[in-house]
Amino acid sequence: MRKPKVIVLRTAGTNCDNETHVAFKMAGADSELVHINELARDEKFLKNFQILAIPGGFTYGDDIASGKILANEIKYKLNADLKNFINSGKLVIGICNGFQALVKAGILPGINSGTIESTLSFNDSGSFIDKWTYLKKETGNRNTETRCVWTKGLKETIYLPIAHGEGKFIPRDSDVLNQLRKNKQIVFKYIDNPNGSIDDIAGICDTTGRVLGMMPHPERHVLGTQHPRWTREGLKERGDGFMIFKNGIDYIKEKL
Amino acid sequence: MEWKIEIRNRKGVFNPLGSGVKKDILDLGISGVKKVNVSQVFIIFGDITESDIKRIAGELLVDAITEEYLLGTEGLAGQRAKGRVVGIAYNPGVMDPVEESARKAIKDMGIYGVKSLRTEKKYFIEGKITENDFRNICEKLLYNKVIQHVVKERKARRAEHSNGYKFKLITVDLLGADDKRLTKISRDGQLFLNLKEMAQIKNHFKKLNRNPTDCELETIAQTWSEHCGHKTFRGVIEYKEDGKRKIIDNLLKNTIMKVTSELKKPWCVSVFKDNAGIIRFDEDDNICFKVETHNHPSALEPYGGSGTGIGGVIRDILGVGLGAKPIMNTDVFCFGLPDTAHKNVPKGMLHPKRIMKGVVSGVRDYGNRMGIPTANGAVLFDERYIGNPLVYCGTVGIMPRDKSFKAAKCGDLIVAVGGRTGRDGIHGATFSSGELTHESETVSGGAVQIGNPITEKKLTDTLLKGRDKNLYTAVTDCGAGGFSSAVGEMGEDLGAEVDLEKAPLKYKGLSYTEIWISEAQERMILSVPRENLKELMDIFKKEDVEAVVIGCFTSNKRLKLRYNGNVVCDLDMEFLHGGIPRFERKAVWAKPAYKECEIKDKKDFTQDLLKILSSWNVCSKEWVIRQYDHEVQGQSVLKPLVGIENDGPGDASIIRPKFNSKKGIIISNGINPRFGFIDPYWMAASCIDEALRQVIAVGGSLNKTALLDNFCWGNTDKPDRLGSLVRASFGCYDIAKTYGIPFISGKDSLNNEYSVHGESIAIPCTLLISAISVMDDVTKAITMDLKEKGNLIYIIGETKDEMGGSHYNLINNCIGNNAPIVDAKKGLKIFNRISEAARLGLLRACHDLSEGGIACALAEMAFSGGFGIEAELKEAPYEAKSSKAKRDNIILFSESNTRFIAEVRKQDKNKFENLMKGIPIGLIGQVAGKKDLKIYGLSSRKIVDTSLDKLKEAWQKPLRW
Repeated sequence: MRKPKVIVLRTAGTNCDNETHVAFKMAGADSELVHINELARDEKFLKNFQILAIPGGFTYGDDIASGKILANEIKYKLNADLKNFINSGKLVIGICNGFQALVKAGILPGINSGTIESTLSFNDSGSFIDKWTYLKKETGNRNTETRCVWTKGLKETIYLPIAHGEGKFIPRDSDVLNQLRKNKQIVFKYIDNPNGSIDDIAGICDTTGRVLGMMPHPERHVLGTQHPRWTREGLKERGDGFMIFKNGIDYIKEKL
Repeated sequence: MEWKIEIRNRKGVFNPLGSGVKKDILDLGISGVKKVNVSQVFIIFGDITESDIKRIAGELLVDAITEEYLLGTEGLAGQRAKGRVVGIAYNPGVMDPVEESARKAIKDMGIYGVKSLRTEKKYFIEGKITENDFRNICEKLLYNKVIQHVVKERKARRAEHSNGYKFKLITVDLLGADDKRLTKISRDGQLFLNLKEMAQIKNHFKKLNRNPTDCELETIAQTWSEHCGHKTFRGVIEYKEDGKRKIIDNLLKNTIMKVTSELKKPWCVSVFKDNAGIIRFDEDDNICFKVETHNHPSALEPYGGSGTGIGGVIRDILGVGLGAKPIMNTDVFCFGLPDTAHKNVPKGMLHPKRIMKGVVSGVRDYGNRMGIPTANGAVLFDERYIGNPLVYCGTVGIMPRDKSFKAAKCGDLIVAVGGRTGRDGIHGATFSSGELTHESETVSGGAVQIGNPITEKKLTDTLLKGRDKNLYTAVTDCGAGGFSSAVGEMGEDLGAEVDLEKAPLKYKGLSYTEIWISEAQERMILSVPRENLKELMDIFKKEDVEAVVIGCFTSNKRLKLRYNGNVVCDLDMEFLHGGIPRFERKAVWAKPAYKECEIKDKKDFTQDLLKILSSWNVCSKEWVIRQYDHEVQGQSVLKPLVGIENDGPGDASIIRPKFNSKKGIIISNGINPRFGFIDPYWMAASCIDEALRQVIAVGGSLNKTALLDNFCWGNTDKPDRLGSLVRASFGCYDIAKTYGIPFISGKDSLNNEYSVHGESIAIPCTLLISAISVMDDVTKAITMDLKEKGNLIYIIGETKDEMGGSHYNLINNCIGNNAPIVDAKKGLKIFNRISEAARLGLLRACHDLSEGGIACALAEMAFSGGFGIEAELKEAPYEAKSSKAKRDNIILFSESNTRFIAEVRKQDKNKFENLMKGIPIGLIGQVAGKKDLKIYGLSSRKIVDTSLDKLKEAWQKPLRW
């Protein structure tokens, strides 16, 4: 079978594009870096891909608010294409700035599609922070897994770095939070909350389970040498983040 | 129509920005403040309807979950009238980075009428404070008059730049000027040229029988500035030491560069020529490294100064050869003491803590946005940096081997790409060549800028695409001197013609000279063969990067500038680059004699150790490090913080720039101005030793290791300052040569003095040595944290009675006279054996010994690893000049060079000791299970005994801001 086609979307200020691209390729993807202008100017087409990745960075300087201008651009330039993409059963992952953009465009959590139901705001510390964090995969009330297709078979606890100034997840109200829980849309929680996120939320998916957004960086833990303590704990072939990319690729191979 | 939109937090939403400001107000010593709120104001001017402005506010500007907005002036202050309110805006001409991106977003929404957009910050301060407190808060914290001002309502806006510019050619009467007048012209015009240079220029124009235009004079001043010309290092120096006299013709060539030329390393690709030094990495790629300083701008505007500092050195890497990809940043700062009383801060200067916070956030915001990991650095403190902080910014890049050299060709087009030109940064090159005074902020305020990292990021992305398609023949950055230096340098051997009106401007009103010398950020100059122009322009256009042809390279060796057809500059390239009169200067060095430190022997040194761990230079810099993204690009192998809790002080950082290769790059630095108090020669030697020690400590080797030198000195017009510079340069030559390590690039900043009331305060002579080393297999890397209970702890290298400039002396309020020396012949052996031990996998941990000596290193290894240590000092290799010098405190705290502590598994004992034969080593103890540090002195008495928690707390507390 042909390799699943991944589009790693970049624009002014994207800066985790290459490592995300590499992580997907390691996981068996045919990955391509595409500038958002190429989509907006009809030089490339979203429909030709099966996975959309919106990587980390500071798109447009995070001016106004993190991910906001990219969210606005997605809303006005790519909205229909992106909806079709998601509705046709394809996958989306937004990491860090990509997560912020998906949330601010109303794609995540997407309980009521297109409305803003949550945000990612300034860390409680008021400052950017680069730190490794343990994440607990959310298993839900009755020990059923989150509906997210990106995390199947993932260890219950994984270790990834965060690197952001605006990563505090805030749902609009308790209704939204309850919906997230009920729908099993909460994917990752911080074990030691580094930014003040409500309910320790580090990552969520949409109601289909196919669109994942997370603040921590899985692409920064695909190699053993990326682990901050590999000199103590031994060098592993693959880091914890790798499985997430692999899951995405496996899903496409299986379903599409 | 002008609309004003104020964005503020909804009630009940925690505002971390406000609480950060509240904390800073407390730091000012003002305690009455209860609450601070911050809101963002957008002022949008243009043909926009109310319904559109509501869409802009509601959909784009406000965060629907956490914020709300107010439109126009409705009740802005009303609800928060309880406290005081102040609005802060950027000064005219200072770029507001939000403008460009916000306007783009509004266009994306289909709203096209915006003519201008600006932002302001509004602070609401509640609590009991006096008018005086309030003024202090505003001036010391909320704004910096160099770039910002307090908003006065209803003041006419944006009038400053609306006027066009009417061309009028200005000439400067040099021919009719006497010496006094020449000096005045130089001073008034901020040219920073001395009389000899002014006279040389006058003579040149006399031969031409005309006066220079202002533009010509500025071009010469900038090209001849210390910043660009390194006149001191390349001049003639009469040096005196110990009554002996020596003439040095070109200090740089006779010391630093001589090491490299004599060593002839085949892997040195390009040294001291281009924007950065280039060395071979592997079969396909070269790597390059450059460190710059941005001291004076950072003194006046720490945030903008440091941000543009890092932005500038990144462009050096983009502009080396045909351009390299930046893959890592390194930052070293020197500040005044953070606990300086406000009343002791000299007039016109900012408080060291504010400078530090500003500098760190400037580097953070620029480096993080560029997506380049800031993975190495240092922060040092001394009271003499109070008037003149040092900000060293470095960048490492990688480039294909065939992209390492450039050559513009006659007929190539000159293309300006990236940011637009504005009035910012006028006179930066010449400004940095003068001393700071309390008037600097008003006179030279234009030299300070705010950067826009996203413009530079876009430039980076597209430029490298153009490089890979071989679309241009040369590239260089617009740094100090702007177009003037970029075009002047690239066209030095050819000649160039530029039509200045073609340069894209941020706003109207710039004169031809301002366009030419503006140091506006994020601009590069390319030399493009005509047939490639379209393809290259398409690359830029595709990603919204502005690029414009402003001229072409010729073959007549003249620099010709026009403004709308009028010739405004016509200079001979040979005079411009070769006409500078050589400096002849006197230099003297005499060893200072400090009071000998009379420090009594004691029974217990636990408190001394805790004090040293808490000293500003030694204490944890985690507060700084965590604000930097130190692992973007995914290539980090050793991060700056290591150990069981990821918070121990790693010796050097390692990255692997290719995911599919185990080859890596080690970056480290050595800096210790305290040794320079005593002897700059041994300071230089120690800095080199320290940088190399760190490379070795993480598992590297001296093979394919290169150095960078960055001298920050006082005013070298003064013979004593120049004398110490000469002596430091000698130290660089002797030690680097013996170690066999070439220098590949460097920079000097020689006017770091601050004068107030006529008295000139020089910074401590500060030499930063940065090392770059290619590591064949990063999986052999070693960290400094202890790994397993029961392992053996060795000291490698000899401890000597060398307490001069040590931190032990510092906490005892003295300096001393015996600074550590370096025995590079012995040192070379030690370095090579440790490398071999690392390669064989015999080291579980390794830490280099520096500030605080053995005691500090043991403590750091212990608390970083979460294991205790029991150690016996009498086993440490020790060379005592006299029996008197054989004392516990000396062995514990001496900062002798070329020493390491290593952790070795018991089963590797014999292998390790055999390997180390002929090298002074001592098995001083073992890794203990209990979390205590216990050190036994020469008489086997316990002289240090405390818990790891206490040690770590002492080390972490000072900068836990």
